[in-house]
Order: sequence, then structure tokens, then C-alpha cells
Amino acid sequence: MSLSMQELERIAQLARLRLEPQEAPRMLDQINGFFELVERMNAVDTQNVEPLAHPAAVMRDVALRLRADVVSEPNARELNMQNAPAADGGLFLVPKVIE
Amino acid sequence: MSQDIHDWGVAETASQIAAKHVSAVEVAQHMLQRSQQLADNGAFLSLQVESTLAQARAADAQIESGAKLPLLGVPIAHKDVFVTRDWPTTAGSRMLSGYMSPFDASVVQRLAEQGVVTLGKTNCDEFAMGSANENSAYGVARNPWDASRVPGGSSGGSAVAVAARMVAGATGTDTGGSIRQPAAFCGITGIKPTYGRCSRYGMVAYASSLDQAGPMARSAEDCAWLLEAMMGPDLDRDSTSLDVPVPSLRAHLEDPREGADVQKPLQGLRIGLPKEFFAEGCRADVLSAVKAGLAELEKLGATLVDVSLPLTELAIPAYYIIAPAEASSNLSRFDGVRYGHRADHFEDLVDMYVQSRSQGFGPEVQRRILTGTYVLSHGYYDAYYLKAQRIRRLIAQDFQKAFATCDVIAGPVAPTVAWALGEKSNDPVSQYLADIFTLPASLSGLPGMSVPVGLGEHGLPVGLQLIGNYLDERTLLHTAHHLQAVTDWHLQQPQGAKV
Amino acid sequence: MSESPLVQGYEVVIGFETHAQLSTQSKIFSRAAIAFGAEPNTQACAVDMALPGVLPVMNRAAVERAIQFGLAVGSHISPVSVFARKNYFYPDLPKGYQISQFETPVVQGGEVAFYVGDRLHKVRLVRAHLEEDAGKSLHENFESMSGIDLNRAGTPLLEIVTEPDMRSSQEAVAYAKELHKIVTWIGICDGNMQEGNFRCDANVSVRRPGQALGTRREIKNLNSFRNMQQAIDYEVSWQIDQLEDGHAIEQATVLFNPDTGETRAMRSKEDSADYRYFPDPDLPPLVIEPEWVSEVQAALPELPRAMAQRWVEEYAIPEYDATTLTQSQEMGAYFESAARACGQAKAVSNWMMGELLRRLNAQEIEIQQAPVGALVLAALIQRITDGTLSNNAARQVFDVLWQQGPQGPQSEPLSQVDAVIEAKGLKQVSDTGAIEAMIDEVLAANVDNVAQYKAGKEKAFNALVGQVMKLAKGKANPQVVNALLKKKLDAD
Repeated sequence: MSLSMQELERIAQLARLRLEPQEAPRMLDQINGFFELVERMNAVDTQNVEPLAHPAAVMRDVALRLRADVVSEPNARELNMQNAPAADGGLFLVPKVIE
Repeated sequence: MSQDIHDWGVAETASQIAAKHVSAVEVAQHMLQRSQQLADNGAFLSLQVESTLAQARAADAQIESGAKLPLLGVPIAHKDVFVTRDWPTTAGSRMLSGYMSPFDASVVQRLAEQGVVTLGKTNCDEFAMGSANENSAYGVARNPWDASRVPGGSSGGSAVAVAARMVAGATGTDTGGSIRQPAAFCGITGIKPTYGRCSRYGMVAYASSLDQAGPMARSAEDCAWLLEAMMGPDLDRDSTSLDVPVPSLRAHLEDPREGADVQKPLQGLRIGLPKEFFAEGCRADVLSAVKAGLAELEKLGATLVDVSLPLTELAIPAYYIIAPAEASSNLSRFDGVRYGHRADHFEDLVDMYVQSRSQGFGPEVQRRILTGTYVLSHGYYDAYYLKAQRIRRLIAQDFQKAFATCDVIAGPVAPTVAWALGEKSNDPVSQYLADIFTLPASLSGLPGMSVPVGLGEHGLPVGLQLIGNYLDERTLLHTAHHLQAVTDWHLQQPQGAKV
Repeated sequence: MSESPLVQGYEVVIGFETHAQLSTQSKIFSRAAIAFGAEPNTQACAVDMALPGVLPVMNRAAVERAIQFGLAVGSHISPVSVFARKNYFYPDLPKGYQISQFETPVVQGGEVAFYVGDRLHKVRLVRAHLEEDAGKSLHENFESMSGIDLNRAGTPLLEIVTEPDMRSSQEAVAYAKELHKIVTWIGICDGNMQEGNFRCDANVSVRRPGQALGTRREIKNLNSFRNMQQAIDYEVSWQIDQLEDGHAIEQATVLFNPDTGETRAMRSKEDSADYRYFPDPDLPPLVIEPEWVSEVQAALPELPRAMAQRWVEEYAIPEYDATTLTQSQEMGAYFESAARACGQAKAVSNWMMGELLRRLNAQEIEIQQAPVGALVLAALIQRITDGTLSNNAARQVFDVLWQQGPQGPQSEPLSQVDAVIEAKGLKQVSDTGAIEAMIDEVLAANVDNVAQYKAGKEKAFNALVGQVMKLAKGKANPQVVNALLKKKLDAD
């Protein structure tokens, strides 16, 4: 199963990445080269096998830990925003969001 | 004596400082000087002399006041995917150039609480994606055994810093082999613990269900010292952190196994050798060194048994679907809005995202984001992502079957020794294939270790991989320690350690 | 299901998605506060800002509220549910994904029942799931820029999804009101719609009866009941016009403009929503033990519908009254307290539906703040029942009681009421002797009326009653007057 350039462009859009016209064919080749490997997975029958989302689940039952409903994060706006590329009045600034 | 400081390692440095034979400041200054002298090896991305000396002075003050912290004054470095308040964190990427985290990673905090002195942040493949440290946006790192060769990746900088004796030990992260493989390529010792042993809070996330922090040092004992400090439940901050107590890893390393005697301390240890790890594809020099290591373990009383991990090969596609999928989502936060690189020119909001991300991420990262986005996308999720997760379970089950007849699984870390810089940089798939031996343990969440077992072709180090069952870091460290007690492979010095 | 009132021959099909902000102290995955109105980004910690290296940790209270909701609507609580990432890029979504639930929500099924007029409607719920809210974009003040405030990012939400069971805007609004009542009643949501803690999206489509479902458009972020009604009506009308003109309806997300009263499609997103859902690897599955569910069930208060039903049976008050008075737990408690104290449920209901609610609405206060408490109202009603007060006089007493406010715990309710009656001299004369005397006087002075009554004119009777009341300065017990007057007149 290999990707077409069109599909790659759609994926790039979804991922908010630009495909440089010169680079795109090589990127496509490399990704498709990888997908040849992927085909090998189909040789194995996994019909009755549950996906393993959390590796720890193999050794023990994993369950989400729940924490107490307590506020313990004080206002740390200065620190948290210290790397902001653009900010004003305590807000992050971005090009206008059009609804 | 001062010329030996950099040879001491973690345990020795700690005891020398505790005994006041040398001060933390002296050690720090010595290591800082070496780090500056050896800077061409590209190990460090960030060195801040004053920050380091301030920590060293604090350590000395604690020694004065009688504090008994196990790692007081020990000079270490952190892979640049651990966020630190006092050093920038780049994750090897343009995207985070100059980023200052308002908090320290849990692992950084825990080591600091035990008294370490940080020399700086080490080079790595961008966002931990790579096997050669050639994907760093800040330049390559060079193998101290041969500066024209890769150190391995993604924790290449940490491996170099340790091998070149710029630090006593360093933190790394291992998602698909990124501690074990550079440790093997640089002739040092490194361990990835069981998934969930070390907190991931403060580790820039690559693949959440695979990432694990671990120590890299020049002996199993040193790794034990560091790992004991690093690991442990972080229940308030990491929902995947295992709620299990931290065993004492340092204690009883010397002792023989239960029921064994001093002559054959590993009596009773069954070492499983998966036939898939010893098949063709593994170079002769690597096999030879690995077998030499295994022979030593037999002399120590261990028994070698044959096991099989039939789906080994499929670990490659499974990993390279799961990891990029998780990464594609984890890296979405890098959008130039709240931190990180924002492009100078853009037409509108969407363009700002596209420009910033395309400029900030290198090609391998972009490749994996694209792959990951694809395998999660509508219509492909079942065939790729879910299929890979099912294969993952089968691989984990294979290990459990194997562990029915052995205590530890052994084999090579990588099919070859370190390759030349530039040799594989245009062939990512060939690099993926070279991960074949480290990926299965990663997918399964099992602890895995790399131990030096001598030199292969071109005088380059070879690593023996030891894989343990869940939570059994102790057996790995114990086994490696005894191997290192009767061999000197781990003591050999590369050319690149000489100033 | 309800029958469908057709609009221009079309059947209207409506489903709702409601986002209820859960009334926890801290956020769903972080320990920052969620109070409304804080300075921008002062309630957004590192986790909420998605700084490199942060991880989510689940708030127990959010899960508990989801269980409470599920039990309140008779749904199934999933013993295991999974959090999934919904991936898309937007500046108010810091991680570039929202942690939500996809394939296995925490609450499955359930239903909400409510009256529209005197018909009972039931809307089936598909599911309710936990998720985190996004931040806010602010567009004023910055010329070509928007300002992003992440205070709201990470606030716990319960997304409640219905089947497309509703067939009119009226029904939809009634559903929303009942849902609002439920979530505020059980205390899982503050329900403050102006603050955005109860937001509804309406999926609206139309079709000729008997045909397949039409293409739906989604009206987003309706945050008042009035807007809901208006928006849906407009949308229905617009869709019908489109179809009548021969245009197909395209799926779209629309926004309602309260100023123009119109719905308008948002800029269509090119990605057409490929959210690439996958289970969040940072969060193991949520396991809810049966013991926990039982505990929550035991602590759940009687729900408004059940309470209303019980009152209809126990107190014989009309369904409509019961529904109105179960608008909040506090109002329900007030009613029962008063009804039990004086034993006159219908009278209590009348007073509450009339005098009380009128004043509460006018002053924009809640029943908790009413100056006349339940027991005082009961005492007032008691004094009417026992003949001390006429209805008119009672209203005057109520006025005074309302003005003066609560008199403290030492003051017995009856004493409070009596004090006012005394002070205002409103005590009704019920003493038969005194009234007979007045009647005799009036009869003697109004011979003509007496004659007219005897001749069969009912009006004359009322005139005589009026005279007696005038003589008594309004303070004679009208029932007694009526009875005695009749007796006297008929006796002769």
C-alpha cells in the first residue's frame, strides 16, 4: 500500500507541515519505502488479539489513578508565559482567529 | 590525583567527595575544563559554568554540614529532552531554541535531591528521533572511539559525555533503543528500566507509551546508583508511573545469586538466547564479541538456553507505526503560539502554524509526524495503528513465553558497530532496520541494558544486551556487575577521552 | 415518542449536544482553579499551557459527577472507559488535541423526561462523556491579532448527547430546561449560562414525513433558552426555504447571531474533521467499581421528576404546579416543609406559584433569599384556615412579613404572623355571636334587599353580605357571614 503525492499533501495539511516541492518526492519515497516494511505485519493473524495500549497491562491491571479535587497550582503567569513569542496584557497573541 | 577525577565514575566520585579527599567544586571545575577542551565532540548543547559551580558550592556546603546524600557532588549531565529551570531545553530542535522551562523534570529533581551537580544538557537527535545523533539541529556528536563515526542515538550526546569522561554519568531516554544503542556504540553501560519505573513528567514527549528515562555511565554499579535515585512512583504528576516501591539496586550487587557461591556467583541464572537475535543480519564481529561476553557469563555459572522470539522482525514496522503515531500527536503542541519557534513572516493563522512548524522541525521529525498522522487517519487506523498494537501484544506475549525457561534474555544490541557519519543519513529505513534488537523490549515495556563486551571492527565497541522481565532491573544490574568484576571491557578508554 | 407538529409540511428533527461544565474546584487534568472571571492566564498552569514535558492526572470529582449524572438519567455507567485524543489545531487548544472520550464513554444511554404543555416527552440519551474544555480567543482590542486566554483550558466538561428524538423547537427548549434542572439539582453543574457553563449545540434537519433523515446542520454554542428557540426556528425555516427552492442542504456548522436572529454557516474547515482519535497513552483506562456506583446512588437526592410525581400523588396538587415547584432543590424543600407544617398543600402551592414567585422574579433573588421562610408561610396559611384571616387580609400580612424579613430563630412562625395581624389589626371576626349581631343590624336596615332575596334575586344576597362586611370594616370572616346570613334569611 503506498501513498500518492496527493495523499501526502492532505496529510501534510492535517499536520500543518509544508512540503517543499523539491523535497516532497524524496519524502514520499522514504515514507513509501517504510510502508513496504509495514506490509509484513499482514502476515500475522491478529484477529483475536487485543491491542496493547499500555505496556504495563501485560504485568498487572492498569487503572487510571484519580487525584483529590484540590487546587494547588497558584498563579504563575509570568513564568509560564516567559517563552511566549507574542503576548500582551497577559494574553498570548496570534493572528486573528476567524470563525 | 586530579588526572584521575574524570575516571572515577559515579560511586567513586561520591565516596571521594564524601571523604573530603576532594571538593565538589574541584570536581566540577575539572570536568568543566575537560568539557570545554573536548567540545569538538559535540556532546553538550548547553554548558553554563556559573550554574554548575553554584550547584557544586551548594554540594560542598552540604558536605560541610554533614549531609549524607548518596550522590553529593557527582558531576552528571542531562539529555536535552529533560526540562530544566536553569539550563535551556531544546530537545535537539530549532523548535525549542532557547526555551526555558519554568519547572524541572521529575527525574532532574530527584537526582538534584540526591546531590548531583549538573554540568549541562547533552546533544541528542531531535525530539529523540534517531539512531545516530545526526538529526540534531545543533550539529552531530562524535564517537570518542572514532571521531568520524556516529555515537548512536538518540542519546548520543550523553553517551559521548560519559565515554569521553566529561561526566561521571548522564541521563538518557530510551524509546526504541536510544539508551542501549548509543551505550553499545560508545562502549559504556546504560539501562532502560521497565516502562513506568521513572517518571515521564518533564521529559519532552516523543512516544508516550514507549519513552523511559534511564542512566548511562561506565559501569553497572554506577548505573545502579543513578537509577535508584531516578526511579520511583510519581503518582501526582504522571498517570503512567508505576505505583511500586523502589528496590535497593545498589545493595548486594557484590553478592552471589541466592544459592550460588563466590566462585560461581551467577549459578542458577538462566540466560535465554533468542535464535532470531543470532540470525544473519548480525555482523560477525558483533556476534563474536557478544559470544565472548556470554562465555564469561557461563564461567560465572550462568546457563545458556535457547529461546525464540518469533515476531522479532515485526517489531520494526510495529514500532515505526506506534511511535510516530504518538509523536505526531505529542508534537502538535509545537505551534508557535505559547512558546517555541514562531516564523517571522506568515499570511494568517494557518500559515503561521505551517511556517513555524516546517521551519522548526527537521526532516526526520517531519517524516515521522507525517507517517504518524497517516496511520491514525480515518480509514487507516485499524489497518495500521490497531494492527501494530496487536502485534505489540503478541511480542510481549512471546517474551513471557520465553521467560518461562529463562531469567534474562541476552543478545546483541545492534547488528553492527557504529557506522560512519553521513553514511546512513539519507537512508532512514536502513537505520530503522538496525533497531531490530532493541525494539522488542521497548514495545513490551521490559527493562533492557547494554554492557560493553569488547571491540569489533575498526576498533569500535560492541554491546551485549540483557533484557529482564518486568520490574527486574536488579537481575540485569547484578549480572552485568559480576561480568564487569571479571572483565575490563568497560574500563577501556577511547582516544576521544584524552584531552 | 411525540407526534410531530409539521412546519410547512416538513417534520423537524432535532438532537442536542450539551456541554455542562462540572462544578469541581480544580481542572479535570490539572490542579489549577476554575473560578470564573480571573485575569487572563492566571488560572492556567504548566499542564494547561501544554508546556513541554507535562502530563495529565485525572480529577476524581469530575468522574464522580459523571456517575451522578448517569444515575440521575437512568443510564449505564461503564465499568471501564477510555480517554482518547481528538487531534486538531486551534490556538485555544494548547496541546493540539483535546482529551475526550470516543469509543467508550463513561455514561451510556439514559433518558430525560419532561412535559410540554400536558404531554409527557422522553428524549433518549446516546451517551455522556468527560472531556476538557478549550481556552478562549478574544478578538477585541488587538487589531489584526487575537488574544488567547487559557484559564478555561482544562475545565472539566460533561458532553451529553441525545438521539435525534425532538420534533419541535419548543420540545428542544423544554428538553434543555429539564436537563439544566437535572444537572443543577444534583449539584454537578452551576448552570450559569451567561458564564458559559451550560452550552448547547442543536443538530437540526427537516424532512417530509416518512422519508429518510435530512442532512443536518449544527447550531453551536446556544447559551440561552430564548436563543435556542429563535435559532432553531430560524434554521428550520431557512432549511425549508432552501429545499423548496430546490437546493440541497449541505452539512455545516452554524452560529446564531442574537442581534439579527439568523443562523450563518461558519467558514467550512478543509480538513472536514479527521480527528484521528486514538486512546491517550498518557491515561490508563478509567475503572469504576460497582461499590463506587452504589455509594453515589445512595447519596443521590430525590430527583425533580420523581419528587413532582410523588407530590401529585401525596398532596394532590396539579402536575403543572409540581413541575414548577421542583425547579430547584431549595424550592422543593420549601414547598414540602410548608405543606407538611400546615397540611394545606394546595394552598401552599397557590401562594408559592403566585405571591412568592412573583416577588422572587421581580427582585431577581433565589428562594433561599426569600424574606418569608417556609414555616412562616405555613403559619400564615394556618391562620387563614382557622378563620383568623381572610384571603385579602392574608395578602397584607404577607406584604408586611416580606418587608420585615426573618425575625430570628427564637421567634415562632405563628407568633411572627400573629404579631403582624395584631399590629395591623387585621384579625378577622369569626365569633358567631358578634357576626349575628351585625347581621341583625344589617337585615333591619336593608329590608328591601331582604325582600328581593326572598323574591329569588341572588344578587340581593351578595349586597347584604357586602353590607355586613362594610359594617365589620372588612374583618368579618366571609364564610361565617355567608353561612349565618343564609341561615337567618332562610329561617324566616
